[in-house]
Amino acid sequence: MNLVEISDLSLRLGGNTVLHNIDFEICPGEIVTIVGPNGSGKSTLLRVIVGALQPASGRVDRRDRLRIGYVPQRLHIDATLPMTVKRFLGLPRRVGRDKVRVALEQAGVPDLGERQMTGLSGGQFQRVLLARALLDHPDLLILDEAAQGLDQPGTARFYRQIEDVRRSFGCAVLMVSHDLHVVMSASDRVICLNGHICCQGEPEQVASAPEYRALFGEGTEGALALYRHHHGHRHDHLCDDTGERPEAAQ
Amino acid sequence: MLDDFMVRAALAGLGVALAAAPLGCFVVWRRMAYFGDATAHAAILGVAISLALSISVLACVLTVSIVMALTVSTLSGRGYAMDTLLGVLAHSALAVGLVAVSFVSGVRIDLMAYLFGDILAVRPYDLAIIWSGAVLVLILIGWRWSALLTATLNQDLAYAAGVDPKREQLVLIVALAIVVAVAIKVVGVLLIAAMLIVPAATARPFSRTPEALAVIAGLIGGLASLAGLLAAYRFNTPTGPTIVSVAAVLFLLSTLVSALRVAQK
Repeated sequence: MNLVEISDLSLRLGGNTVLHNIDFEICPGEIVTIVGPNGSGKSTLLRVIVGALQPASGRVDRRDRLRIGYVPQRLHIDATLPMTVKRFLGLPRRVGRDKVRVALEQAGVPDLGERQMTGLSGGQFQRVLLARALLDHPDLLILDEAAQGLDQPGTARFYRQIEDVRRSFGCAVLMVSHDLHVVMSASDRVICLNGHICCQGEPEQVASAPEYRALFGEGTEGALALYRHHHGHRHDHLCDDTGERPEAAQ
Repeated sequence: MLDDFMVRAALAGLGVALAAAPLGCFVVWRRMAYFGDATAHAAILGVAISLALSISVLACVLTVSIVMALTVSTLSGRGYAMDTLLGVLAHSALAVGLVAVSFVSGVRIDLMAYLFGDILAVRPYDLAIIWSGAVLVLILIGWRWSALLTATLNQDLAYAAGVDPKREQLVLIVALAIVVAVAIKVVGVLLIAAMLIVPAATARPFSRTPEALAVIAGLIGGLASLAGLLAAYRFNTPTGPTIVSVAAVLFLLSTLVSALRVAQK
């Protein structure tokens, strides 16, 4: 069964409808990326899936005993709160020393266990967050712009790691990202969100969809240099299709 | 042994320090200092109600503190300017409480005892209440410790891990009300927040983990209570304020030591 199924969801925050008519599902092992402009409700949708926000209407079904590993967009640790990396990994459930060591090795930061969280660099911090999210062997890994603040090689390494993680854990990955070029090539499915789901499908389909181009412009074509093949698929998702679809990106 | 008022006072001070330390850590980490103030100040209203209705001070203070804390935490989620709101509530609660006490006729009470505490007048019965409350708070915080920490770090992270931050907030509110109710006799409503915040802030430079901070804060709180009690006895000063003054001196020392350590690096 699908890990998460959302049907006809709408959500209001502070009097504004942030999300409406959302139908969404994610299958085991799938890598799904949500793209969309600022304020399009990307993080909000993730927070709904995590359970932090309750929808105004619609259904959110999670598979029984679904384990979610969550890497938030920002994690501010107050300077008054002392926290070693080791202790952080053991929240909310304590884990053994060996598990901590393995998790840190997997995340590529083996020697940080005794360091203070507030003393880590941006890249180290994100890797520790990833290590914590993976400790419980999640069925679904959720990343909210997890590579924000990393430089380009750092970002590339981070996403390569995500792919490794998917391969070794077999978990599904759901992420929000602005790094279109990285994300689009690594995803099985891309969802273009702007309050509602504008279009979705395989990366190359989405990149050539008029809804996507309306949001991101033509300049993102280079992001899809990897995909040179044409396809005859015509998608008819929730949005109003504006007639002729342009050719796939060359 | 309990016949000696100094022994009873010392035990009372230790009890409050022990309960206030771990709770105070969360008050500091979650930036709830004003929240603690509002809850503590509301207690004086509880005292007025208990005098007017001739019912137990403890029950009234507990109830009013919980109501105040719930009000604040409900309003905080609704987009009010929190800092201002807490300032308004904390001081209005105190003012209204003082006015209400003055309305209660026929009873002459020593208001100062409620404002600044009267640790030397602690009876064996009070001691039983204080230690029951302290043990209850320690059990409550100890039981929820990891969940509370997770919720303190990040709400979404907590939800994803199956921890409900709203429930943990409620745990803190109840614990805070209990501490206020038992500490009123020892340091009084005006200085309860100090017993929460100062030991935790003092312990920060010497702690690498949250658990270490809570334990060290407990030691510092206990030390301040005992040293403050002795100093008050020796110099004939009001006990509650003396305890808090000692804690403040310890904070100053800790800040100096950590500044020196940074300078040496």
